[in-house]
Amino acid sequence: MSAADLSPFNSPFAAGTAGPSVRAVKDPFHGDLLEVSMGPQHPSTHGVFRMVVTLDGEIIVKLKPVFGYLHRNHEKIAENTSYLGSMPYTDRLDYLCSMTTNWAYALAVEKLAGQAVPDRAQYLRIIMAELTRLVNHSCLVGFLFNDLGTSFTPLLYAFREREKILDLFESLTGSRMMCNYQRFGGCRVDPTPEWLAAASRLVDNFPRFLDEYETMLTGNEIMLARTQGVGVLDAAKAVNAGITGPCLRASGYNYDVRKVDGYGFYPRFDFRVPLGAHGDTYDRYMMRVLEMRESVKILQQAFRDLPAGPIMDPKSKLRGFRPKAGEAYGRTESPKGELGFFLVSDGSPNPYRYRVRPPTLINLTLLEDMCLGHTIADSVVILGSIDIVLGEVDR
Amino acid sequence: MSTPATPSPASAPQPFPAAGNLSDAEREELRRHGILLTSLEELYNWGRSNSIWPLQFGLACCAIEMIAAATARFDIARFGAEIFRPSPRQADLMIVSGTVTKKMAPQVVRLWNQMPEPKYCIAMGACAISGGPFKQGYNVLKGIDRFIPVDIYIPGCPPRPEALLNGLIQLQAQIKGERLTGPGAARHVRSDVTSEFPVPEYGEHDLSPPKNPAVWQPAPSLVRPTKV
Repeated sequence: MSAADLSPFNSPFAAGTAGPSVRAVKDPFHGDLLEVSMGPQHPSTHGVFRMVVTLDGEIIVKLKPVFGYLHRNHEKIAENTSYLGSMPYTDRLDYLCSMTTNWAYALAVEKLAGQAVPDRAQYLRIIMAELTRLVNHSCLVGFLFNDLGTSFTPLLYAFREREKILDLFESLTGSRMMCNYQRFGGCRVDPTPEWLAAASRLVDNFPRFLDEYETMLTGNEIMLARTQGVGVLDAAKAVNAGITGPCLRASGYNYDVRKVDGYGFYPRFDFRVPLGAHGDTYDRYMMRVLEMRESVKILQQAFRDLPAGPIMDPKSKLRGFRPKAGEAYGRTESPKGELGFFLVSDGSPNPYRYRVRPPTLINLTLLEDMCLGHTIADSVVILGSIDIVLGEVDR
Repeated sequence: MSTPATPSPASAPQPFPAAGNLSDAEREELRRHGILLTSLEELYNWGRSNSIWPLQFGLACCAIEMIAAATARFDIARFGAEIFRPSPRQADLMIVSGTVTKKMAPQVVRLWNQMPEPKYCIAMGACAISGGPFKQGYNVLKGIDRFIPVDIYIPGCPPRPEALLNGLIQLQAQIKGERLTGPGAARHVRSDVTSEFPVPEYGEHDLSPPKNPAVWQPAPSLVRPTKV
C-alpha cells in the first residue's frame, strides 16, 4: 500500500457520507495506522467541524480538516439582497459576536459609499465591540477548559458574565445574540443614561470576575501540563499562512488591526496589545485573558469620553441605498482575528460581489501543523484554543 | 407542607372505588389524605418525562442558546434534562439546534436512527423548522421534518433559552399523555411503526431523495385551474 492510500481524498470518508468512522490503514513508513473520523457530530469540535485524523497509536501523523457542514450560502444570499438586507445575516456569521461582524460589514459599506459616521456612533461601536470581545473571550476560555476535561464548571462562570452583557444587549437592541445594531452611517438605537450607567458598572466589576477566573484556571497544574508546549505555532509560519488575531499575537507577532488600521476611533484610545512568546496553547489562552483586561480599559475610556450628539449621519440613506460603482474592503479586529468584507458595487441596490474574509477559516489552515506529533487528546485542546465558529468557517 | 386534611363528614366507611373509575378531584382528595393512586402507565411516563437526556449535538447559532439553557441562569437541570450525552446511543432527545445543510442532513438522520426508542425530536429555531432566513440558499435543507418526525417546534432566531425550556415542558406533557397499550399507543411500544428512516445521499445536485414522503407531505396549496 502506498502513501497515496493515506490521503483522505481516497478514503471512504471524503467520498461520501457512508463508511465506517474508524478504519485501519497500512503505511510503508509507519506500519499499521488507524484513521479516525472525528466529527461532524463530536462534543469537542465546536459545531459541525470534522477532522480526519490518522493515528500511530495515539500520536497524530496526519490530520485533514473537512469543512462545509454549515455552508449556508451567506455570500450568495447577500449578492441577491439589498445592502441593508444583509445586515441581519452578518449577525449569524459569527454568532457569538454579532456586534463586531455588523461593524465590519458597516465599515465596508461606508467605505464603498463614502459615508461619514458621527462621533457618538463611533464611540458606541467601540463600546459594543469591546463588550462583545469580553463575551467571546470569556466563553472561549470556558469552552477551552471543557476540552481540557473540566466538565462545564469554568463555562458556568463564563456564561454567568455573558448573560449580564447579553441582558444589556437585549435591553438596547431587542435581541440577545442577533443584535443587528449597526447601520451605514451610525447605529440603530441610542442607549439611555441608565443603560450606560449599568454597562459602566458591569465593566468596572469585570476585573473582579477575571481575577476569580484566573485564580481558578491560570495556575492550574493540569492546565499547565496540558497546554504548555502543546500546539506550538512559530511566527513566520503563522504570517505566511495569514493567521490573524490572538493566535498570531500568541506567536509574538505584533499585528492588531485596531492599531495597524486605526479604524473607528481606536487611535484615540490608550490600550496595549498583549504579545505571547511561545505560540503554544497556553499563550493563546493567556492572550484572551490579557485582551479582556485591555478591553476593560478601552471600555472605561469610552464611557468616560462618550460625547453627546446624533447617532446617525443625517446624509445616510436607509431606503433606496445605491452606492456608486466601485469596490471596497473594510476590516476590523474581531475577537477571532481580522474580519473583512470585500464588496464590489455596480451601482445597483445589491452588491455585485460580496466576499467575507473569515478569520477562523484561515486560522484553521495550520491546524495540522500544530497537531502533528501530539496525541489525539491534545488535538481537541489545540482546536479549542484556535477559537473557531463554524458559521464563519463555512459561511 | 400539604394542606391540613379536612375532617370527613361521613361516619361510616364507604366502599373503596377502583383506581380507574376515580375522577381527578377524587384522586386529589385522596392525595391530600396521603394516599397516592396511580397506574403503571402514569408512573412510567412520569419517570421518563423527568429524565430526558438530550443529545449533545449543536449545529449552529441555536446551539449556543442550548448551552445557555444548560447553564446556571436557566438551568435545564430543573427539568431533569441536564445530562447531555455525546453518544446517540445514550440519548432520548435530539435537539436539532441550527441550520441543517444538505451536507449535514444525512448525518442528522443517521444520528436519529442510532438513538434507541423511546426518542423525541425538538426542532429548535427557524432554520431547523423550515430553513429560516437561509431558506433561499441552495445548500440549506428546508426543515428537518422532511426526514425525521419532529415532536416539538420552537420558533425563534435563535429561540431564547426560556423558549427551549417551554418546548421541553411541552414535550414532557406529551410524554405524560402517551398510551402504552391500545390503538393509540406510542411509537416505541408498537412493532408495526418504524423508528428508523432511510438516510438520504448527498448527491451531485441535491439530497436524494430530497424528502421522505412517509414522514413529510407538503402543505396543501391553492391550485388555480388554468384557462383553456
